Amino acid sequence: MAIFARVSPGQLVAQLSRPVVTDALLVSLKTSAIAQALVLLLGTPAAYLLATRRFRGRSLAVVLVELPLVLPPAVAGIGLIAAFGRLGLLGGTLDALGVQLGLTQAAVVIAVAYVASPFYVRQAIAAFEAVDPNLVAASRTLGAGRARTFFRVVLPLARRGLAAGEALSFARGLGEFGATIMFAGSLQGVTETLPVAIYQEFNRNFTTALAMSALLVVVSGALLVALRLTLQWQPSRPTSRFLFAPSR
Amino acid sequence: MATLQTDFTLPLRAFALELALDVSRTVALVGPSGAGKTSVLRVVAGLVEPERGRICLDGERWLDTARGFSLPPERRRVGLVFQDYALFPHLSVRANVAFGAQGRPVDALLERFRIRHLAAAHPRELSGGERQRVALARALARDPAVLLLDEPLAALDTHTKAEVRHELAELLRELELPALLVTHDYEDAAALADEVGVLVDGRLRQFGSPAELVARPQDAFVASFTGANLLRGRARRGEGALTAIRLESGEDLYSVDEAEGDVGVVVYPWEVSVARRHAPDADSALNVVRGQVGSLVEVANRVRVRVGPLTAEVTAASAARLELAAGGVAYATFKATGTRLVPL
Repeated sequence: MAIFARVSPGQLVAQLSRPVVTDALLVSLKTSAIAQALVLLLGTPAAYLLATRRFRGRSLAVVLVELPLVLPPAVAGIGLIAAFGRLGLLGGTLDALGVQLGLTQAAVVIAVAYVASPFYVRQAIAAFEAVDPNLVAASRTLGAGRARTFFRVVLPLARRGLAAGEALSFARGLGEFGATIMFAGSLQGVTETLPVAIYQEFNRNFTTALAMSALLVVVSGALLVALRLTLQWQPSRPTSRFLFAPSR
Repeated sequence: MATLQTDFTLPLRAFALELALDVSRTVALVGPSGAGKTSVLRVVAGLVEPERGRICLDGERWLDTARGFSLPPERRRVGLVFQDYALFPHLSVRANVAFGAQGRPVDALLERFRIRHLAAAHPRELSGGERQRVALARALARDPAVLLLDEPLAALDTHTKAEVRHELAELLRELELPALLVTHDYEDAAALADEVGVLVDGRLRQFGSPAELVARPQDAFVASFTGANLLRGRARRGEGALTAIRLESGEDLYSVDEAEGDVGVVVYPWEVSVARRHAPDADSALNVVRGQVGSLVEVANRVRVRVGPLTAEVTAASAARLELAAGGVAYATFKATGTRLVPL
């Protein structure tokens, strides 16, 4: 609230048209979208496996998936540099393939996906675990293979949990700062996301930083509201008419 | 009619389920809970892989562990009706039934199971009986070659149960499919199935028609499970061709079965008459047990009367005529020819 009280709304809106702001907004939206696509694409099958299979090393896998949740972002950034940086664990291999990650938009995407993924995967595991295994079995005996069963039974039944997890993950990814600035730096228009830009502008033009903060508050708040609405949403059904029908 | 042949071993927590069974008409497996009944259905449906076994339907191979062959559940043509029905909560009744129909129209099935007016409803809005009809329609829409029913009547209230049992028996007769159903209730099994197997701790204790099981229960468990009275005693050769059994309570009973040593005396409730007075000179029944009248429970048009250690089944009219009341003294009589002896 204090963010909004300090400067007039007109001034805040005026700040939003500065190139540093629009560039950062674009970078943030683009990297977030790609990162979340990655999280959904890789996180969903991983979560389903972890939820439905019992195998050796499963606990370890769960810990690895959840690790970014408890890691300080700076440590995550160092870890990513150690893994993907030019002199890192996989750096040589990537170099040989002609891929340079450091200080590129791809690095931002990796940092955001890494830090935000556990918020989605944790929720997704819980959502998949809550699906009655008998419904899956019923679908199989009715002639549906694993894939069809997943898309027609498991996914629709888990959708609310998945949506909730994805909303949290998106919000966390949008606010990602520490790992991003360490692993991807802050090149305006390339790797400078909104949170990074806020940090940079804080030293130069406080009002601009304030405006960007206000923007993030609005976006995150809207996301939370959308999440609440999703969770309360029920598909329309004829009510009461059959609810207390006598057993015949 | 096709025949489903099964022969498999599945280790469970406390024991191994071992079963060899041919199903061509309706077969019921009965047994106490935890006997492995549901596991049998899951093995046949392909939801659980047994340690060893073969399952085939006529010439069609479903499972052969010796050759490392196992057809996935979606390719075994079974219609499995789950105990809690497992209807898809996110789909309407029509979409539930159409799920396995592969595009075939389902209106005839909705009509047949009297659920057409519920086509747009969701499972949570249905009563127990309606849910069961949806589950049956859904299983049949898949065009199964074998029908598997898990406790088809257990989730229903008593009132609904009698009617559904009747409908289900009729349906099974009409379908002419090999059907395997499991239940913990012997009466349900006898009403629905042509053949009944008693499953205890993963093994078949006895297999036969419902009438055979009642006429010749193989052991004490089968006897009491099929609803018989079971008394314990010691048998010795009596006069004539009769075996005399001294009960723990000191009374003597007689049976035409031959036995010696510790035995279980088996008599079905409908073989037991109840009298207020005992008149040995006016009664052909040799066996008499005097006892206090316990509970009187009305079941349809009959009354189940507890006399001492025995349950007798008499008509409601007889119970009224005798003015039977809990706490009074009565005589339970039954013939030596209706008294079976089983090893304990």
